[in-house]
Amino acid sequence: MTETTDGALSALMAASQAGNRRAYQALLRAAAPVAAATARRMGVKPDRVDDVVQDVLLTVHRARATYDPMRPFLPWLRAIAQRRAIDLLRSQFRTAAREVADDNAYLNHPGAEPDADAGLDRADQARLLADAIALLPPGQRQAVELLALREQSLEAAAGLTGRSKVALKVNLHRAIQALRTRLVEGGDA
Amino acid sequence: MPDHPYAALIEQLSGDLRPVRRLAAPWRRTVVWCGAVLWVAAIIALFADFGPLWHRLMAAPDMMLAFAGAALTAVLAALAAFMTSVPGRSAWWAALPLPGLAVWLSAGTAGCLRTEAIGWTQPEAPMHPMACIYFIVLVSAPLSGLLMWQILRACPLRPALTASLAGLASAGAAATILAMIHPFDATYTDLLAHLAAVGVVVMAVRFAGRKAVRK
Repeated sequence: MTETTDGALSALMAASQAGNRRAYQALLRAAAPVAAATARRMGVKPDRVDDVVQDVLLTVHRARATYDPMRPFLPWLRAIAQRRAIDLLRSQFRTAAREVADDNAYLNHPGAEPDADAGLDRADQARLLADAIALLPPGQRQAVELLALREQSLEAAAGLTGRSKVALKVNLHRAIQALRTRLVEGGDA
Repeated sequence: MPDHPYAALIEQLSGDLRPVRRLAAPWRRTVVWCGAVLWVAAIIALFADFGPLWHRLMAAPDMMLAFAGAALTAVLAALAAFMTSVPGRSAWWAALPLPGLAVWLSAGTAGCLRTEAIGWTQPEAPMHPMACIYFIVLVSAPLSGLLMWQILRACPLRPALTASLAGLASAGAAATILAMIHPFDATYTDLLAHLAAVGVVVMAVRFAGRKAVRK
């Protein structure tokens, strides 16, 4: 960049220090490619140059009171860009030295979605229960279906089946005993 | 401001732009800080006996040189701290206090050799070296606090270096003030105690200052 360019940027910075918003925007737009070129020259990888440029623009904003318009602008800007590039490179070095890749951690980490195995287990249990209920004598099966599965009241179930409430209670009790024997203990009811 | 890669950030930064007061030149800020040091020295001088002090300085040129070396180190280190706190200034400014430091250390060492060769002019109290350390550390604390407060208005891009120079300036100033009320002749234990105190102050300000700048 020529002396004319440095002089123009110095004038923009002086105007920015006075609070001129347009001059400040023009200055920052002109400063971004200088910061990017400095970062690349310092060895920053292309995918991280944007990070350095943003850090530089933030630092320019914070440090604008330190610029002396009697001195050239570009050395001031390049000093900031060099230090921010060095900071990024040091940060990358520290991260690489402390962190290691563990591919197995990704495989063993539980996901946020519901476990597919749990769904299959519930389906198997429901099928076993249905099969066991189907093997019950008719009276017991009817009592289980009306009172346990459909959660009807004793009075409603008695009205549907024509059996007494006592008979329905006894059938339900025997059905639960039979299902426990078959499903939990593994024997025949 | 269409299609600029950093348009959003530039818009945000320029959105609430306010006029700023330019930072004073490093030499002006150094003068302000030295003024604060003289103010502290004036308070402590109320407890000094300048008659015997002048007599000791005249009798021992190495003490005069050590006194001057410590003062020069303080002033030059402060100036170097302010210089390195501004972007675009060379890091070689950090070498500015080295001549003063060389005079201080060599004159202090010469004083110890003189004391060993001639003998103590005044016996030293057993706990005196620790008292020197406490004095330098305690007097350095407010001086380095003021110096770092001035530096934080700038943008030190090498916070560790700038903070170390600030610590050296404060320790040099405290050692200079100590010389006004130091009743004993210089010994090796004195020199080591002073060096230890300077080291403690430099490391403490370097650590605290670096963290403060990075906030």
